[in-house]
Amino acid sequence: MTKEERLKKRHRAEKRFRFYGLTSIFVALLFVVILVQNIFSKGSSAFKKTVITTEVFFDQELLEIQNGASQEEIMEADFYDIMIENLIKAYPAKDRDEEDELLKLFSGDAEIEIKKAFLNENNLIGKTITLDLTASDDIDQLHKGNYPRDLPEERRRISDFQLVIYDYFVENKKISKNFNNYFFNNGDSRDPELAGIGGALVGSFYSILICLLLAFPVAVLASIYLEEFAPKNKITDFIEININNLAAVPSIVYGLLALQILLATIQLPRSTPLVAGITLALMTLPRIIIPCRASLKAVPPSIREGALAVGASKFQSVFHHVVPLALPGTLSGTIIGLAQALGETAPLILIGMVAFVVDIPSSPVDPSSSLPVQVYLWSESAERGFVEKTSATIMMLLSFLIVMNFIAVYLRQKFEKRWN
Amino acid sequence: MNIVLIFLITIFSVSLFFYGKSKTKTISIKDNIKLNALPKFYGYYLVLWCSIPALVFLLVWSLFEPVIIKSIIIETAANQGAIFSDKNEANLIYEKIKAIHLGTYFGDIDSILRESALAYAKFINLFTNSKVVLIFGIIIASVIYSLKKIKNNNKARDDVEIILKGLLFVSSLIAILTTLGIIFSLLFESIKFFSVINVFDYLFGTNWSPQRAFVRDASSITAAEFEELKDAFGFIPLIAGTSFIAFIAMLVAVPIGLFSGIYMAEYASIKVRRISKPIIEILAGIPTVVYGFFAALTVGPFFRQVGENLGLTVSSESALAAGLIMGIMIIPYVSSLSDDVINSVPQSLRDGSYAVGATKSETIKQVVIPAALPGIIGSVLLAVSRAIGETMIVVMAAGLAANLTINPLESTTTITTQIVMILVGDQEFDSPKTQSAFALGLTLFIATLILNYIAQRAVKKYREKYD
Repeated sequence: MTKEERLKKRHRAEKRFRFYGLTSIFVALLFVVILVQNIFSKGSSAFKKTVITTEVFFDQELLEIQNGASQEEIMEADFYDIMIENLIKAYPAKDRDEEDELLKLFSGDAEIEIKKAFLNENNLIGKTITLDLTASDDIDQLHKGNYPRDLPEERRRISDFQLVIYDYFVENKKISKNFNNYFFNNGDSRDPELAGIGGALVGSFYSILICLLLAFPVAVLASIYLEEFAPKNKITDFIEININNLAAVPSIVYGLLALQILLATIQLPRSTPLVAGITLALMTLPRIIIPCRASLKAVPPSIREGALAVGASKFQSVFHHVVPLALPGTLSGTIIGLAQALGETAPLILIGMVAFVVDIPSSPVDPSSSLPVQVYLWSESAERGFVEKTSATIMMLLSFLIVMNFIAVYLRQKFEKRWN
Repeated sequence: MNIVLIFLITIFSVSLFFYGKSKTKTISIKDNIKLNALPKFYGYYLVLWCSIPALVFLLVWSLFEPVIIKSIIIETAANQGAIFSDKNEANLIYEKIKAIHLGTYFGDIDSILRESALAYAKFINLFTNSKVVLIFGIIIASVIYSLKKIKNNNKARDDVEIILKGLLFVSSLIAILTTLGIIFSLLFESIKFFSVINVFDYLFGTNWSPQRAFVRDASSITAAEFEELKDAFGFIPLIAGTSFIAFIAMLVAVPIGLFSGIYMAEYASIKVRRISKPIIEILAGIPTVVYGFFAALTVGPFFRQVGENLGLTVSSESALAAGLIMGIMIIPYVSSLSDDVINSVPQSLRDGSYAVGATKSETIKQVVIPAALPGIIGSVLLAVSRAIGETMIVVMAAGLAANLTINPLESTTTITTQIVMILVGDQEFDSPKTQSAFALGLTLFIATLILNYIAQRAVKKYREKYD
């Protein structure tokens, strides 16, 4: 091999090596795109729900209440017969079986929806109104195109007759898509069309709030101590080793800790945001302390010395000068820690947040779910409708994380002083 | 009750602040003495003395009250003739008594329960009353003490700072307390577990089937049941599955992460670096449950489909899918750390290599990487410890049954999956099955601890070398 050939070979190797590096970055970036695209394409349809426009006639004989009935009387009245009477008129069904199949196209909440409409407008007895009633999950998925209709009947969840009704609805423009208010307002449900993340949102909010209230002050105080006051001795070293190790402990171990200490020993209520918040706080604490200490460390000693020189005590120099200067970094570290806590699932599963909770929690000691746990729960469900619900929940979760990280970056760039 | 108490303590503290401030002012004017600190520090001093002892006491009391009441009530119920064979039944009876007291119990109430409920009401009353009395006692005592100090014109600022410094120190001790809490909660149940199952049966057993451990009471076990239990908890399949999935993950993460790190540190322009680095780090910020969902619903079925087309049987919960997605999650851990590590290799080493005519890639391969090797190994070890502790991806995308296999297309299970499977839903405490989850947790904790220790040592040593 001549010298020139060798050199060419070496240059080719150089190019190859460079190409490997570029490809790796490209592969990693590609994966971000694929993941986000996949979630968005699956989830965006969940923000709309399919409704069937139906005419509802309020027959006084069936309702057994008078015009001008009080709120309580209406609440107690039975709207079931009204619902059946009106829904079977949506399509000319021939017999009972066909009527049953027709009724199955509406959601399980049709009765409540009719009642709500009645409550909103007074004196509807003897009158007819047009209502958009939520369709059942199967029709919803069919209408959104997530469900193939060219399968043989026995492999479909929708019968041939229901397809005929669906086509009739489409032809008469009786079926349409509305904003899915249930997805944001409702708690969990066995019916995908009624299931929502309302409960999970509130549960996550309480958990993160408790986590913030516990972890932030303790983390800031601990990092101030370690960075500014701690003498260099064995105890300080031991605390530092502990913090570094805790930051790397798998999150599921914190779940075991919470199970044994918070639930079994102290007997706090299971499945509640209170326990979730405490667990997440313990887990987030070391992850906040590390950036807090870094931002305290970044404040140059001249600031401290200046304060001390004019007669401030050590405490005053730290709390009046160093801490305010380190605050942007501290806050952004805290927000990033909270963002991690918001997405954490495993410890919450162990403390029982996987329980099926329909009601939206009204306080941190009510059983509840949380956003990531809801993703886990729904992803285990077999119904087709839950796939889009899960993806949409992930979209919500990711957008919260993006907002939090954005705030953190903004805080840091806008307020953090650069020391040269 | 606690909220009322906290509210009262707050009101007392706030009013004491103003009292202390004005009091010291009047003292200094009346007696014409120079105060040893600004008046507000006397206020702070009173506030700290009024609130901290009372709040600490309240916290400790609230932690122990339910436990103590419970043991007393269960004992009285037993004395009155309530029969329960184990802890679960005792808990059930206690819950019933509590519900009767609150008026939310609608089952049959026999005389034992009624008596116990009355006793419960009595104890609750007694405890609440004594709590209030004690708290007020503490407040009065500490306020009297601190007022006396103030009247003597103490150095209030120094004293306040000493107390606050103590508070700071206590905050930093929480890290130690958490570690202790983890160790104790894991050890406590693990010791119970290992008193039934031999440590060696656990560590070297090749069969994991905890559902066989139906025995509820560990103390009364027959020989046959013991034999059954003995081979139900073999750790080998779990560690094999965990390492296997982690290995697949590292096969993905190490090359991609390392090459991205090298590219970003050595080749990329500042602009490319500034854009691509945060985007890659997004991968670390995405919650793992999202990866799990993606692996279980998209990647798993996709591999299965591809396998079918190629005539292979691929489990829809294959180790390959879980490992691949986990690897992608770990890429940024490897890339960011190795990027940092490579950046801290001194430029003089590179310059020396260029000077003797090496190309850039030769310099990287033969000079930079060997120099940065300890740091790179450290970052890979940290990534491995992330991989074995990762839970949601494997819970959602890997299998549940423990089978020893090295076929990536079959399903395997991991330590974390088993912990979740055992503990999700209702558990019976004191059954070897539940306890085994804590033993697994302990094993996981120790394994990650060792990995992290070695990794941190490696990185630190490397940093010292070039500092």
